Amino acid sequence: MKMPGARMVLEALKREGVDVVFGLPGGAVLPIYDVLYDFEGLRHILVRQEAAAGHAAEGYARTTGKVGVCLVTSGPAATNLVTALQDAYMDSIPIVAFTGQVPTHLIGNDAFQEADNVGITRPCTKHNFLVKDGKDLGPIIREAFHLAATGRPGPVHVDLPKDVLVKEAEFLWPERIVLRSYNPTYDGHPGQIKRAARALVRSKRPVLYVGGGVISADANGELAELAELLQIPVTTTLMGLGAFPADHALSLGMLGMHGTYFANMAVHHSDVLVAIGARFDDRVTGKVDAFAPGAEIIHIDIDPSSISKNIKVHVPIVGDCRRVLRALVRAVREELGGAAPVPDARRAWHGQVDDWKRRFPLRYEWSDEVIKPQYVIEELSRLTGGDAWMVTGVGQHQMWTAQHYRFRSPRRWCTSGGLGTMGYGLPTAMGVQAADPSRLVVNVDGDGSFAMNSQELATCFTENLPVKTVIINNSGHGMVRQWQRIIYKERYCAIDLPGIPDWVKLAEAYGCVGLRVTRPSEVASAIEKMLSTPAPVVLDVCVDKDECVFPMVPAGGANTDMILAPPTREVRDKAARSQTGF
Amino acid sequence: MQNGQEPRKHTISVLVENKFGVLSRVAGLFSARGYNIESLSVGETLDAAVSRMTIVVRGDEFVIEQVMKQLHKLIDVIKVTDLTDDSHVERELVLIRVNAEPQHRAEILRVADIFRAKVVDVTGMSFVLEATGDEGKLEALIELIRPMGIQELVRTGKVAIARGPKTKARKTEPVKRPRVPEDPRVVGFAD
Ligand SMILES: Cc1ncc(C[n+]2csc(CCOP(=O)(O)OP(=O)(O)O)c2C)c(N)n1
Repeated sequence: MKMPGARMVLEALKREGVDVVFGLPGGAVLPIYDVLYDFEGLRHILVRQEAAAGHAAEGYARTTGKVGVCLVTSGPAATNLVTALQDAYMDSIPIVAFTGQVPTHLIGNDAFQEADNVGITRPCTKHNFLVKDGKDLGPIIREAFHLAATGRPGPVHVDLPKDVLVKEAEFLWPERIVLRSYNPTYDGHPGQIKRAARALVRSKRPVLYVGGGVISADANGELAELAELLQIPVTTTLMGLGAFPADHALSLGMLGMHGTYFANMAVHHSDVLVAIGARFDDRVTGKVDAFAPGAEIIHIDIDPSSISKNIKVHVPIVGDCRRVLRALVRAVREELGGAAPVPDARRAWHGQVDDWKRRFPLRYEWSDEVIKPQYVIEELSRLTGGDAWMVTGVGQHQMWTAQHYRFRSPRRWCTSGGLGTMGYGLPTAMGVQAADPSRLVVNVDGDGSFAMNSQELATCFTENLPVKTVIINNSGHGMVRQWQRIIYKERYCAIDLPGIPDWVKLAEAYGCVGLRVTRPSEVASAIEKMLSTPAPVVLDVCVDKDECVFPMVPAGGANTDMILAPPTREVRDKAARSQTGF
Repeated sequence: MQNGQEPRKHTISVLVENKFGVLSRVAGLFSARGYNIESLSVGETLDAAVSRMTIVVRGDEFVIEQVMKQLHKLIDVIKVTDLTDDSHVERELVLIRVNAEPQHRAEILRVADIFRAKVVDVTGMSFVLEATGDEGKLEALIELIRPMGIQELVRTGKVAIARGPKTKARKTEPVKRPRVPEDPRVVGFAD
């Protein structure tokens, strides 16, 4: 069937099962918006800045398991989108981003609102396309969705010159995508799986180290089965939170720079460490030479290039986490034969882990006078039963949420892990909410981060997205302040955000509900009020600005060097002398 | 990453889809990840839809392993082979324009002859020599010609090909048949 390119784009989206598109129009994509005018079955959510369209698509994708979609115009709109693309790339979030482009005959002429879109997004997408001919549109969009969702998921960008959108061409829709150059490995190598099973069964001090890949692969059930079968403690990365219930007796919480003492100690002393859908990020390993020094390392990942990139792996298993874990559980059962799954030797390990947990839990000083941020998260967790869809900005509040919210299920946690993008919170929460209006979506944000995309309150209001934002308001860039306090001898520089804007008034200016709380005794009732308000709410929580995130592994330090409380003067002086921090 | 052996030169042969932007994808990968490319040459294969890149890169075993994996991760890359330790033939072509002072003309021609270089341009002032060979041969030629005054030198970068097998016949190009991905998520939305 012949049709203009613009209609093909929407037709293709429909065939891919897309129900929501986040976007913002402009000259180059107006042909698409003209078709959208009376196109049935596709909701368009008009954002206020293009990065927000990208983040919203990420939130939608992360929590539904489907591909998120955004649509923006050429030039400045495409460049605004870049941050969200890199964010999705680093956290392996499947989105397809459409940008407008000047007509093909003007490409390269420095035309109005021209940018080399595919040149700019090449290093921050899994793949990208410039569509030069209408008959390629269907197949390219089909391929884009296929690439975004399969293998290691990620963002794919499709650049659409205006003339291609206007001209009529044959709409081609391939049944299947066949790419000779792209064949991800899904099933793990049986021999390697057997080696892994043998190592685990023999192991005296095993630990499972779980990343976002387990969530992408929907492998949480298989993960729990393996952990419970052999009674292996489980720690997750920032991206892996929710893959294993926080309340489970085997849960160690998060590891790494701001991970729990017991997670870092357990990993350090493990004899077999199984990394599953995780990539040994520097924020996880600390100093690599000192990371899990005595462990045989088994690494399960769909991306071969993640294996032995930062840490030498002894048993690499390339494959889909779910399929590999399923095969691994089977192999472990075979390997066990009739033997007891938990040998006596491993009971000592459980005793050791429990002892660490008892002696060094996450803790903070309570105050009757000033609100402690950790307490806010604890109350949020309690009042939502650990079942809200949680989103954050970047900084201390993000780490406190990761530490103190008791996640029970996967796909309810969105945070900017790899890129650490301030401003991620609100737009991502919008995408999570757009996927399902009945969800309770809470965005825990910092006053610095929130300011970077607070204009999206307008989108929340007009599109009826009742996101609840809790600003952990410490009147500044708290995480930067923490580094300057601990590492730079309290030479505070460029971190103050002294009480402006008035967030309650700002919320109200956007038609949303604004609430403020300043005393610890009022926190719970304020959260309850926020949760029961059927509208977008901003709850401004004025917290102790001196509070720091602990434990903390100094950048470049070993995980065992973590500090649990504000450091002594000697430690700080030593930190100030070194270049990297500690 | 922990260091492996000493860094050395590797010759990597990469088969790519001959698509818009593929060269910048490969080149961009090297700059983004900080790998040192020593030379890169590209040309079509028997199948016009497929190009062959020969890349010479220096690194220890861990770096090379990552280079190979990262190359393979690019969607348009079909196949990556490290030829370094396999039996293979490497060639490079060099064009040299050298001063042709009367007292040196005979010597230049003699050297060219020894190296089976061709004289492809002659003027009263200069010769242009064309030579092919492996790196060692071309370096030796250049060293002998250098004293005569090299005006300009252009090299193609290396191309390389695996040697034929001693026994059974080798598979021929074009490349292996595409395989349909098995991911259930894909089949789901067929029209
Ligand atoms: C876009 C961007 N710019 C700068 C930074 C560096 N940075 C990391 S945390 C932080 C401060 C965050 O402040 P806020 O959002 O108020 O959170 P808090 O740490 O106070 O909880 C800054 C500036 C960043 N991560 N992202």
